[in-house]
Amino acid sequence: MMNKIFFALGLTGALTLSVHAQAQPINFTTQLNNYGGDGAYVALYLTDVNGKYQKTLWISGKKSKYYKHLRDWARGSGLKAAEYDGISGASITSGETFTHTLEVDDAFIDAGYQLRIDTAVEDMRENRAEIIVPLTRSGAGQVVSGRGYVRSFTYDLK
Amino acid sequence: MLRKLHGLPGLLATLFFLVLTTSGAVLSIVPSLERSAAIIPAAGELSVAQLAERVLTNFPTTEQITRTASGEIIVYHNGDNQPSAVLVNPIQGTYLAPYQPSTWARWVKNLHRSFLLGDSGRALAGISAVLMVLICLSGITLLVQRLGGWSALLRPIAGSGSQRVHAELARFTVVALLISALTGSYMSSVHFGILPDAANNEPSFPEQVSGGTPVPVGTLTALQNVDSLQLKELVFPYLNDVKDFYSLTTTQGAGYIDQASGELLQFTPSSGNKQLQHWITVLHTGKGLWWFGLLLGFASLGVPALCMTGIKIWWQRRSNTLKPTVSAKSEQADTIILVGSEGNSTWGFAQNLQQQLVQAGKTVHCAAMNELASDYPKATTLFILTSTYGDGGAPSNANKFLAQLDLFNPKPQLHYAVLGFGDQQFPKFCQFGLDVDQALSQKGLQRILPITRINRCSATEFRHWGEDISKHLNIALTLNHNPAPAATTTFQLIDRIDYGVAVNAPTSILRFKPVQSSKKLWHTLRLKKRQPVPSFAPGDLFGITPPQGHSPRLYSLASSSNDGVLEICVRKQPQGLCSNFLHNLHIGDQIDGFIQHNPSFRPARGTQPIILVGAGAGIGPLAGFIRQNVAHNPMYLYWGGRNPESDFLYEPELNNYLKDERLCALNTAFSRATEKAYVQDAIQADAQDLRQLIAKGAQVLVCGSRDMANGVSQVFDNIVQPLHLSVAHLKAQGRYLEDVY
Repeated sequence: MMNKIFFALGLTGALTLSVHAQAQPINFTTQLNNYGGDGAYVALYLTDVNGKYQKTLWISGKKSKYYKHLRDWARGSGLKAAEYDGISGASITSGETFTHTLEVDDAFIDAGYQLRIDTAVEDMRENRAEIIVPLTRSGAGQVVSGRGYVRSFTYDLK
Repeated sequence: MLRKLHGLPGLLATLFFLVLTTSGAVLSIVPSLERSAAIIPAAGELSVAQLAERVLTNFPTTEQITRTASGEIIVYHNGDNQPSAVLVNPIQGTYLAPYQPSTWARWVKNLHRSFLLGDSGRALAGISAVLMVLICLSGITLLVQRLGGWSALLRPIAGSGSQRVHAELARFTVVALLISALTGSYMSSVHFGILPDAANNEPSFPEQVSGGTPVPVGTLTALQNVDSLQLKELVFPYLNDVKDFYSLTTTQGAGYIDQASGELLQFTPSSGNKQLQHWITVLHTGKGLWWFGLLLGFASLGVPALCMTGIKIWWQRRSNTLKPTVSAKSEQADTIILVGSEGNSTWGFAQNLQQQLVQAGKTVHCAAMNELASDYPKATTLFILTSTYGDGGAPSNANKFLAQLDLFNPKPQLHYAVLGFGDQQFPKFCQFGLDVDQALSQKGLQRILPITRINRCSATEFRHWGEDISKHLNIALTLNHNPAPAATTTFQLIDRIDYGVAVNAPTSILRFKPVQSSKKLWHTLRLKKRQPVPSFAPGDLFGITPPQGHSPRLYSLASSSNDGVLEICVRKQPQGLCSNFLHNLHIGDQIDGFIQHNPSFRPARGTQPIILVGAGAGIGPLAGFIRQNVAHNPMYLYWGGRNPESDFLYEPELNNYLKDERLCALNTAFSRATEKAYVQDAIQADAQDLRQLIAKGAQVLVCGSRDMANGVSQVFDNIVQPLHLSVAHLKAQGRYLEDVY
């Protein structure tokens, strides 16, 4: 089901590609630890080099009332629905690997911007910016691990 | 209708209820476990500022402090660059244990709220909770109706079997179950957005902070003003980020704190809805109210038993539903049977009567009492068989009968007889039957015979009534409906003592032992108790169906199951099928029988005197009561036989009981001795003493033939008259009990 959504998203991405020549499809792969809790809320977003929020790429977790626990992202985005409308999916379960492809504006690549991930799980600790990696062509394919629930994170430019 | 509303959801959701309540009971322990491990400072002892300062001393990289509803303090920090969560002592701020939410508790919680099936499971759990609310409310209404008023809920409940267990359990657990179900329904509705969620009302992040140099957390005024007991969550700003701020959530509300000025920003007090949601959660989970959680958990354990007994009651009622066999049209029938039944068991008796009447050549119309016609042109006989519902009310298929009676225009040749069904333990035993009998009489109809009341669906009493009817109508009726063929146990005769042959009253004391090997496949299949022998006490009844007999005969038990033997005292009746069968048994022979409890014939607990009266074989249960009187309560026995040389039943035992003072006095009367006397005479002779005993609160228990009991009752009426009492008074107080046959 989720794959279909991603596929569909990828498809719309591909369609927009023809219109906006400067967009670049990127594959994101995130694997979670077996932290032994309920489904994780995960926010993937872009900041500038100082950590200033720029744009939300993806939110997993359906209940927006828990989004405040993704604290850095929440603060940056101001929890405005416009920031995450249409780009949220189901929460990710313990140990799950999930991959999705998103369109990212060329202007963000190799321009000092960072990819960040905030995570939260019910009754367990919240992790602000547990992943911080620069979004560069040379950084593609490099695996990093987070301080919290993210075992590994990698992105590939197509 | 109400009963359907109660039973149908119960049947449908039983499986879900079993999972929800057992998992709920397990979860109910969690708050107590958490509370017992938590260290809780006194109110006013510790502010959030002090708490944060002490925690920070021990955990310099603290990101967040959370206080659980049970009072545990969890600190999230990054010691050794590793994110970790620990439980701390709030007063010292020191390490207690690693914080690792229990995996099994999480599993049980998910089982409880979603059957481990995600959102669809959550919906199922929510629907089950709503059904539970319906079942609780309809159940309370049914129980109040059945018992006859709200105040009756607090009094002992009469009745027997599943009905009683169900009612008893229900009244002790229903309040707790209702709370669990209501709060659960609420939480589920909030989850699915049917009711508004208070969590959506969060303060927005502050636009502007002072940006000055951060001061130590202990000096922040906004934190100094909050007691640590009110803390829910304190999130620390990033180190070295002067634009960041503290986020504080308390039981009062939520807001942000400037890390330089200590000012409280954007504080939003908890809305009424949020407070409500908080308390609903507390009531449902017991978190923060551990003893209440335990109470709810304990009550929820009653649900599996309630489900089982509920299903059993439903099944019994269902299997009692009998469609009347070929019923003649009301205009053509010469005999009419009208049935008033709530639990359907009365229909079984009616059908048996109908069959027998048809065999005797009658044209019989059988219908519910509410279907009373305005006239039965050809009918000469009207039978009304009815139970009573609740506190003397009409059963549901007879509730319009008394009103319809106004339009009833019977022919003068129509005669009637009412047969009431009920339970003697209820104060208004067969009240509706009595009302109907009265109403028909006022209508000008003639009785065939006075109303007869059948206690607890007794097959024997029903048969006797049939015999009376046979005589009056001059037809042959053999009524043999046995509503509940009880599961029988095999017994072996191990001892018999024979009396009275010389005086033409052969009476035997028979002792049986249960045959232990009867762990039959049948019992295993029907999930019967492993132990095949039910427990019993003197005064309970032992039912035996003789070979070629249709319905069982009941004998009063003289022993208790603790004695290891089953003892009955049986007089051989000239034409008695069963008594002859028993008298012909040899040591070692085996019979099948069942126990029917008879709690309405027992000596009262306490130390008041007990007067036992019996004649002939009626001494059986009385001897049993005396044998059990190891507490040496004052017991007096009046017993009548024929001849001391021949039928002095239990003579050696009674003499022993006199010696060891289990029995205070033994008074006998013999009708075929030199001084002819009956037991009534022996009682009359002691009238003075007996009056004094009764004035002191004594209880009278009479066992024997109906004629003897009537004679005894008259004598006692005379004895207690000076006390301004009567046997009827004493009966109403449960101080004059009869077991007659």
